[in-house]
Parts: sequence; C-alpha cells; structure tokens
Amino acid sequence: MTTPLVQVEDLTIDFGTVRAVDRLSFTLEAGAALGVVGESGSGKSASASALLGLHRGTGARVTGTVRVAGTDVGAADDAELRRLRGAKAAMVFQDPLSSLDPYYTVGDQIAEVYRVHNSVSRRAARARAVEVLDRVGIPDAARRARSRPHEFSGGMRQRALIAMALACEPRLIVADEPTTALDVTVQAQILDLLHDLRRETGMGLLLVTHDVGVAAESVDDVLVMQHGRAVERGPVAEVLGAPRQPYTRELLASVPRVDEKRAGVPGPRTATEAGPLIEAVGLRREFGRGAGRVTAVDGVSLTVHAGETLGIVGESGSGKTTLGRMLVRLIDPTAGRLRYGGTDIGSLPERELRPFRRELQMVFQDPVASLNPRRSIGESVADPLRAAGETDEARIRDRVRELLERVGLDAGRYERHPHEFSGGQRQRIGIARVLAAEPKLIVCDEPVSALDVTTQAQVISLLAELQRELGIGLVFIAHDLAVVRQVSDRVAVMRQGRIVEQGVADDVYGSPRDPYTRQLLAAVPALDPVRAAARRAARRELAAA
Amino acid sequence: MTGFLLRRLGGAVFVLLSLTVVLYAVFYVAPGDVAQIACGPRCSPAQVAQVTAQLRLDDPVYTQYLHFLQGIVAGRDFSTGTGVEHCSAPCLGVSYQSDQQVMRLILTKLPVTGSLVIGAFALWILLGVGTGVLSAWRRGRITERLLTWLTLAGTATPVFVIGLLLIIIFCSTLQWLPSPTYVPFTENPEQWAWGLLLPWVSLALIESAKYARLTRSSMLETLAEDHVRTFRAYGVSERGIIGRHALRGALAPVIALSALDFGTMFGGAVLTESLFGIPGIGRELVHAVKVVDLPVVVGMVLVTGFFVVLANAVADMLYALADRRVVLS
Repeated sequence: MTTPLVQVEDLTIDFGTVRAVDRLSFTLEAGAALGVVGESGSGKSASASALLGLHRGTGARVTGTVRVAGTDVGAADDAELRRLRGAKAAMVFQDPLSSLDPYYTVGDQIAEVYRVHNSVSRRAARARAVEVLDRVGIPDAARRARSRPHEFSGGMRQRALIAMALACEPRLIVADEPTTALDVTVQAQILDLLHDLRRETGMGLLLVTHDVGVAAESVDDVLVMQHGRAVERGPVAEVLGAPRQPYTRELLASVPRVDEKRAGVPGPRTATEAGPLIEAVGLRREFGRGAGRVTAVDGVSLTVHAGETLGIVGESGSGKTTLGRMLVRLIDPTAGRLRYGGTDIGSLPERELRPFRRELQMVFQDPVASLNPRRSIGESVADPLRAAGETDEARIRDRVRELLERVGLDAGRYERHPHEFSGGQRQRIGIARVLAAEPKLIVCDEPVSALDVTTQAQVISLLAELQRELGIGLVFIAHDLAVVRQVSDRVAVMRQGRIVEQGVADDVYGSPRDPYTRQLLAAVPALDPVRAAARRAARRELAAA
Repeated sequence: MTGFLLRRLGGAVFVLLSLTVVLYAVFYVAPGDVAQIACGPRCSPAQVAQVTAQLRLDDPVYTQYLHFLQGIVAGRDFSTGTGVEHCSAPCLGVSYQSDQQVMRLILTKLPVTGSLVIGAFALWILLGVGTGVLSAWRRGRITERLLTWLTLAGTATPVFVIGLLLIIIFCSTLQWLPSPTYVPFTENPEQWAWGLLLPWVSLALIESAKYARLTRSSMLETLAEDHVRTFRAYGVSERGIIGRHALRGALAPVIALSALDFGTMFGGAVLTESLFGIPGIGRELVHAVKVVDLPVVVGMVLVTGFFVVLANAVADMLYALADRRVVLS
C-alpha cells in the first residue's frame, strides 16, 4: 500500500481566540485532485497554508499532524521545511500582481526559486525559467522572461506563478484561489492549463476556491468547508449532483446559474410606453492626452426604462464602470448625448445638474470603502436627507429607521459603526443610503462581487424586490455573467468600450449572436463535471477556430 | 531622459530665483543699518554715507536685485573705494564686509564642507541602513529592542553632545586622536582624514539613527507583502528574503530622504562645523547673517539650494533605476 501524498489529521489552527480550522482530516493520493470549497472565513486558505508550514512564525497556533510527500510538516526543522517548499510541494497564490516581486524580472524570480533547490549555474537556472514559462504558454518566453511583473497582463502573471510552481517538478501543487482575480475567459484558460499539466506530469493538486464552478471544472474530489470544519467530502459529481448535507445544498442553491432563466419576481412593472427614463446616444469618453489617449467608452447607445433592470456585463477594461459613472454624471462624457426626463444632462454644468443629482444614484462595489468608518451607519444613511434640506431631527431619524428596516437591518443598530457589520450588511447599508435620496435611477457597479454566494443571493433578491416595489430603473454592472442573468430584464455585453450585443436577457444568453458573447458564455465554469468536460472540449474548438 | 533633465534644470532655476527674491525681500524689511555695520561702530555719519553710496545701498531694492541678476548673467564692476574691481559672470556680488567676491569665497569653503558632508554621508548610510536591516532581521528579539532604543537615543541627542563626548574621550582622555583640525585633502590626505574622523563620526551617528528607523520600518512593511510570502513558500531562506527582496523594496524612501539630507547638509552642518572648528559654508553663513552681509547670505543659500535640487534629481534617477515601473517624465 502506498502512503498518500497528503495526509492531514485533526488539523486545528487558532489565530488568537479565533478557531480558523477545527479538527480537519483528509488525504490526497498521489496524482489526484482535491477541491476545497467554502465561503470566506471557512478556513480553507488557512488549511492550504498549513500544508507548507506557512503558519510557522506568524503567531497562529497549529496542532494535529500534516504529512506532505513524506515530510512531517509540524515536526520538520526549518531547513527540512525549506526543502519541502517549492521542491516537493509548490503553492500558487491568488493575487498574481502582488505575489511577484516588482523589482526583479519574472525569469530571475523563477530562476532564484530553481537555484534554491538545485545546485546549478545562474545560466542553467535562467534556461529552466524560460522552459517552464514556455510550458505554461507564455509566447516568446525567452524574451518575456526578461520582463518585470507589471509588464505582464493578469493572466500572464498567473501563468508565471504556475511556471514558478512547475520549476522544480513538485509532486503537489497547492493553488489558493488561482483564478479569482482573473476575467472569466482567462480563468478558463488557466483552469485548462492546470488540467493539462496535471495529466502530463501526474502531480497532485489541491485547489482552494470559493467558486463551486471552478472546482467542478478541475478536480476529482471535493471537500466542502464551513466554520473551519469539513462538512462533506466525496467525488465531485456526487457532492455537486446529490449533496447530502444541508449546508452543501444551501451553498449550491445560492450559486447563480448562467444557464437558467431568471426566477420570476412578483410585483408591478411600469409600462415602457412612457418612454425611457434615461437614454444615451453615442456616449463616448476618452482619458489622457496625446499618444497616451485611451478611449474607455466608444460610442455607446442604450436606454433604461423605469422599473426595468439593464445588466451590463464585460471583462475588466471593457469600459463598463466608466459607462456606469457617466450615466449618473460622476464622469463627464467626452461626446454623445445623455437624455434624462427631457433634458440633455450630458453636458449640463454642475450648478444646473444639482436638481438631478439625487434622482441619479450609485451603489459601489466595496461597501467597506464607501462608508465613513468614523460615523454611525444611521448618520451615513441620513446624509442624503440632510443634503436634500431636511432639518427636523426626529423626521430624519424616523425615515432612517424605516429605510434600515426596509433593507432588512435592525433599526436599533442606528448608532453602530460600519466595522460592526458583515460585508453583506454593509452593502445593505449602502443601498439604504441610496434609497434615502428617493432615486429614479440606480447604477450598481459590481454590488455583490465582494460577497459570498449565499450573501450575494440575498442582496440580489433585495435589489430586485426594491426595484419592483419602487419602480426605479436599475443598471446592474458586473463581470459575473450568471449574476447578471439572474437580475436583468435586458443585457448589454461590452467589449473594448463598445456594446457588442444588447437585448432581452434570455435571448442574449439563450442564443448569443456575437462571437465574443459566445466565447464569454463558453468560459463560464459549469457546475456539472460532465458538462464541464464537454465545455472544455468546446473551448478548445473555439480557440482552434 | 533629456526631457527630464531639461525640465529639472528649468525647475531648479525657478526655485533658486525664487529663493533670491525672498532673501532680498526679507533683508529689505529686516532691522539693522547695513552701512553702519559694514563701516564699523566708530564711523562718522559722513563715512557711513560714503559706504552707503559705495555699496549702492541707497538704490531701491528692486534695482539692487536687478544688479544682482545682471552680475550672474553678465558680470559687473564694483567700486572698492580706491578703484574699480571687475567681477566676471557668474558674479554673486561682493561681500559688504570684506570686499571679497562671494563666488571666490564659496569656492574656498565648498571643498571644506564637501569633505565633511560626503564622508559623513557615506558613513551614515552604511551605518543607518545596516542597523535598520539588522533590526528588521532580528525583529521581535532582544537585538531589535536594543537597537530601537539606541536609535531613539541617537535621534534625540544633539550633535554637539555626541561631538563633545567624542572629543573628550578620544582627544583628551585616551589621546588616541589629535584635536580635530581641517587640513585640505590636496595638502595631506592622511591628515585630512584623521582631522575629519570625529566630525564624520558624530554627524553620522546622529543621522544614521534616523535612517536606521526608516529602513527598519519600511523593511518590516515589505516583509509583510505578498511577494515575500511567495518566496517563503518556495523555500527561499530568511537571509535571501531579507537581502534580495525586503531590502530592495525598502530602499525607495531611504533614497528620497538621503537626497534631501545630503543637499541641506551643505548649508546646515553649522553645529558640527562650529564645534570642530571646520571653516565651512555653514559657519560662514551664520556669520554673514549676523552682520547682515546680504551678498554672502544669498550666495551661500544659493549653493545649498543648488545641492538640494541636484540631489533630488539624482534621487529621482536612482529611483527609476531601482524600480523600473517608475518612468522619468
């Protein structure tokens, strides 16, 4: 009988008084792939770090045994641990920009790691770096090895990190959210790369991810974690297809599906005959001057009616945020018209724009950064009321309480500060603040992308409810195609500053006409591993075509 | 690169000109009869009037300033009472006190201050960055706490206390060193170095404390960054991480601060120069301010300003060299 590649028994990790991982046990056979899935704070990253003994010297308390490729990680001395790290088990980190040293070339960084474990010349190590960079699909690897990380795109940096992991031919790769910072098409490429590498080299893979779809695409077995404990473990098709534990079922139910129609939302919808609430014609925005001039939004025309949701979906750099900010005039358009209620507000000077300001509101991505940490949440929500000229303190308080309750928060927490709330609750506070202005149009820019799926689902249904109830127009900007489908009546797909396809949501998702839309949809991870394999094949064909 | 240098040069000229305008304005409103001081306490009103005329102090202040500018660009003539002396461009004027040309005065003082500053600078960077690296490496241990305490004491101690202590210990008590005297490098390099040893050490001890603290804190910051975690996870030793990754990342603020310090030290090492009897720019400047010798003050301040601007431009270039993401423009 062979010993497993990874053997974890009763692993417990405490950060001060917080128990991050609680008596976790699992094994991983050589060459197998295990996905560790869970929401933020479930202890999945802490467990992954423990495999390489990365908690040593950090103040975290680790008990239990961890054996990786024959090394007892807990008992090993520092030198022994260094021989494990990178050589037998290599880690691929999440944020590829900050995970590489900005001062050295990518090739030198990989060569440095190679030389730690192999006594070879500098020149030989550089050659090895070029070899692995070429292996992970960096074009013209010999030249690009001399680039520094900032000269690489996000996807290329992630490839470089994988190349670093491959350099010493480890038996295990631990990948901690390797695709979370990437666009969906790039994510698909990276997952395909990991898949191919595993088949070729026979190395084991431990993939930590919050995205169930990513796991479904890439692993044989999946381990679901919650509050530091293993909830369920089994073959990926079984766990995702027929979950036995209630938490797994809840988690799966919260995952937005790109291939399912939007669930019906009750309530009235304002007739669209009244004409559009806001209409953009040939909207354009340029940044910079001279040779550095960039066109972020390049002639976009769209309409939003009262009571409907327009989803805007696109990858990073597609101009969706700039467009959203122009719609509420946080950014001035360079050219084009923006008609709101019979007025062209696109070129209105600030003074004349003021009456429209409160009707055009925006919800931001980061609920932490958009609330003042030094003020109580009640005061933050009251801001728009005071700005509108309300001075009666009692009336302000009553209205704020009403709004807090409306978004599902306890009105008694008026005096609390933002840090006392969870991410989802903070986003609710942000929504309450926007509602206080009694807007006609709300632009939400990635409002749920910082949230866990279960929280995400709650915030989305709150937005849908409010919109139906109040008859406001909603523009929902996101990179996540599934989320956009689940909230939108109509969808616009953006690429390089232009809208490549626009239409009723089910039409765009059901029978996409533009090749880019098709490419995007093919890149979304499927929850069913059998379908995931089929889609992987389909992607290969699309890429080859 | 050429564009960067040209723009920096333009900026430098603007900064230096503004400095001179401010100085002329300040001296114009400052109390004290320049002619009386220049002439001496026993001068009769008639003699004072003659000095006033000779120094052209009765011209309006802007005319005096324009003459000053003219001297820089084209040179100018000065009456010495008995004859006329020509001061060729770039002419910074003539001292009210000694009738010596300011440019010549600066050129005799510059090597003196230069010797002091450059030697001390090299020493304090070595000492400061070294101490900083050591305390970041030994973070959380007794060594770090000891070094933190020492550097705090260093920052809080005035240079004349350290300097006096060093003189008492090494020159008087132990008699290992001769009393510090300044000997020009060109005369005797060995005596030059021995004479400057104590001034270098006392200046470096004070300054290095600041650098040690800066290096330590910015190294600790870098050590907490994600890319350091990456190299740890790949088995790179602590020494490799400190030496190759953390130090490199921590150098930027050190470069920025050292540029400022290096420049200001040219006019600001007054205490050290006075204490060790070094006849440099700082001492001359203090004396000139006391006797309201405007041309000398302006000249000395211009020199200091010039070095600050120069050192900053060099720092920006070093910065771009250290971090390729920085583009000089």
